[in-house]
Amino acid sequence: MTEPVTAPVTFDETLHGRRRRSHAAAALDAAPTQVLELPPPPAERPATVLPRLALDENPADPGRVAVGFSRDDVLSVAGAGLAGLSVGLIFTVVLGIIPTGWLLVVSYVWFVALYAVIVFLRNPGPAVVDRFWSIMLWSAGAVVIASLALVIGFTLISGQDVVTQMFAADAGGLIDRLHFFWQDMGTVGPLAGLEQGGIFHALVGTIEQIGIALIITVPLGLTTAVYLGEVGGRLARFVRTIVEAMTALPSVVAGLFIYAAVIIAFTRQFNGFAAALAITVLMLPIMIRSADVVLRLVPGNLREAGLALGAGQWAVVWYVVLPTVRSGLTTAIILGTAHGIGETAPVLLTAGVTSNLNFDPFNGPMTSLPLAALEFVKAPQPEMRARGFATAAFLLVVVLVLFVIARIIGGQEAGTVSAKQRVRLTQRSRGTLARIQANRREHESRGSADDGEGMPPGLEQLFQPETDPPNLPKATNE
Amino acid sequence: MTAISETADVTTRPDYPEAGADTASPRLIKQVRERADRTFRLVSSTGGVIVLAIMCLVGIFLTVNAVQAIAAVGPVEFLTTQEWSPETNHFGIAAVLTGTVLIALVALVVALPLSLGTSLFITEVARGGFQRTLVSIVDLMAAVPSVVYGLWGLAFLQNNVIGFAKWLSTWFGWIPIFAVDGADPANPLPNNALYGSSTFIAGLVVALMIVPIMTSMMRESFSRAPIGEREGAYALGATRWGMIRSVVLPFGKGGVIGGTMLGLGRALGETIAIYLIISPIFAINFHILQKGSNSVAALIALRYGESNGFTMSALMAAGLALFILTMIVNFTASTIIGRSRSGAESEA
Repeated sequence: MTEPVTAPVTFDETLHGRRRRSHAAAALDAAPTQVLELPPPPAERPATVLPRLALDENPADPGRVAVGFSRDDVLSVAGAGLAGLSVGLIFTVVLGIIPTGWLLVVSYVWFVALYAVIVFLRNPGPAVVDRFWSIMLWSAGAVVIASLALVIGFTLISGQDVVTQMFAADAGGLIDRLHFFWQDMGTVGPLAGLEQGGIFHALVGTIEQIGIALIITVPLGLTTAVYLGEVGGRLARFVRTIVEAMTALPSVVAGLFIYAAVIIAFTRQFNGFAAALAITVLMLPIMIRSADVVLRLVPGNLREAGLALGAGQWAVVWYVVLPTVRSGLTTAIILGTAHGIGETAPVLLTAGVTSNLNFDPFNGPMTSLPLAALEFVKAPQPEMRARGFATAAFLLVVVLVLFVIARIIGGQEAGTVSAKQRVRLTQRSRGTLARIQANRREHESRGSADDGEGMPPGLEQLFQPETDPPNLPKATNE
Repeated sequence: MTAISETADVTTRPDYPEAGADTASPRLIKQVRERADRTFRLVSSTGGVIVLAIMCLVGIFLTVNAVQAIAAVGPVEFLTTQEWSPETNHFGIAAVLTGTVLIALVALVVALPLSLGTSLFITEVARGGFQRTLVSIVDLMAAVPSVVYGLWGLAFLQNNVIGFAKWLSTWFGWIPIFAVDGADPANPLPNNALYGSSTFIAGLVVALMIVPIMTSMMRESFSRAPIGEREGAYALGATRWGMIRSVVLPFGKGGVIGGTMLGLGRALGETIAIYLIISPIFAINFHILQKGSNSVAALIALRYGESNGFTMSALMAAGLALFILTMIVNFTASTIIGRSRSGAESEA
């Protein structure tokens, strides 16, 4: 029945198995098919009936493994929590045995004890231990989050006096309302009300100091990080060890160093530039370390692909490595800036304390935001303290904004591109392809006669000017 | 063709050099870099050397400036004197260094369970978006300026924790470190000022500041615990805590120790928060709940204003001691972390 495939199988066809199989199938189809004539089954004859259960086509899986919390878990936690809170309330508020401030502590202890008992009623010993430690882990996380929330909330609320004044009915026009940000404390007496004075001098100082620090830190830090990651060698390992140790350099020691190296040796007076240098000393290791970590995330095959295409080390770093980790490096710079803005001790030792506006970083004392907050708070007057807390709150807001920006930018992983970036990359490589095709056409029109060196067949197909490039996704898809 | 047919049945050996008479050596591969690469390597290694030089200069400048003061009193007296009075040539770091270490120890005692629990919570309990949010929150905690922590400790924590400090000293005052001189539990109007500005409160604030670095180091080492061993523990019937105790904690031991040391290094160098909270005294005070403490960094921030040459040199000497202490702690930490990392990778 099956006619053997007698067609000679060429070398080419064994290579392309699929084509060969289709040949065989075609041969089978071509063979005459013999149809067996069977008598139709009689309708009345009793036939064997297979026993079948009446089952659904796709029975729902009952889900033997439960993931997540069962109702039992939720209810026992909630019940123990309520019971603990009630016991706490009884001891503190109702009976008054324990001061009310201890309510949360007492309730928590009773909650843990009751929960352990409830679990013990239905589960064996190891489960009790497991649940107990789960509660402990949850508690640790909750304490950390609550502390951070307390710190941030307290600082923001403490700055409310200045904000209240800003929105008071008699505060005047918009510029008068925002005087806190554009007035300095130079002519404001210690007893002056909140409607006078502001932190403009500190704002200017912070911007200039962090600007100078960034001008030094970014090129030097990124160069060093690239050196550690791309060049390597024994010296690089030594530099990395030193840099890692220096990330925990006490900030006051950095201040002392700049005091000795710059102020005593050269300038002989407090100035903003010295403060910027002190911040630089502190920011450098942090930035190098985070940039180094980011650079290590670059997949090795990207680098090797660049090298295989004939690029030198510099070209690979500039065209492959750095663009790949651009977002990570930006995050590192922003986070370094956030750390630098908050540094107080080195500025205290190098920039001096002043309440005057000073634009010149090389002459005279120049305060900064954290330092101004510190000085305000040390003063005994309530207005000064209010200004101090408002300054700290403003500083915190700046840091929070920087942090959020850094998180948004740094959200993507190294080596992955967003849809918009992919469109841009595709367009760029289409442009490159067009250039190559144009070069090719010119080359062929000029020298098609003189040498017979053709292209490999695959490439020739790629360089057909009319056809769509086979491997590039359409830019319009994204 | 003719040559082969003549020696058809004789096996010829290729005339490779015989063993012993082998003078061949591997060809020296000479890598010629293009000019752009040479420039790149030169510039980047210059950057590395500059950074190295800056970091070494810190130590050198401190040492050079400290020599005058240390030579004036002698190193032994410098380490054992408690008072700080460079004007009368009688000063030493015994009190401030003890205070620094005490504050750091209090911070560690508080921060270690917190960060251990938080890092385990992040790696083992939290999942998905919650996990990422927690990591961000811990990172944010590291970015909050120290002056903000200091203000919070001064204006909020101090008032709220004094009750606890009083309770601790009333019931556990028989343990020497919890004792408070002059405290009288029977007094119906207790003097709260006795319990303020203490090592304990400063330590609590510093604990919050070192939790993030410790948590992130521990989290990193816990997340490295191999998945095979984890699932093996579950397959043997372990609960989640059983798995954590038998797999995650042993694998992350190096990270825990290293992270703790890093936290200790940070705690030793913390300045502004301590400066704001403590009331400085120049005597060794082991009573952590009692008013009065000191630290090297706070001393420097407090006294830098009297910039007479010799007093500055004395401060430099104190700074040098702090610098050496933190560097020792940090190098130990990074060695431990590095070793645990390589070990975990080879076992995984």
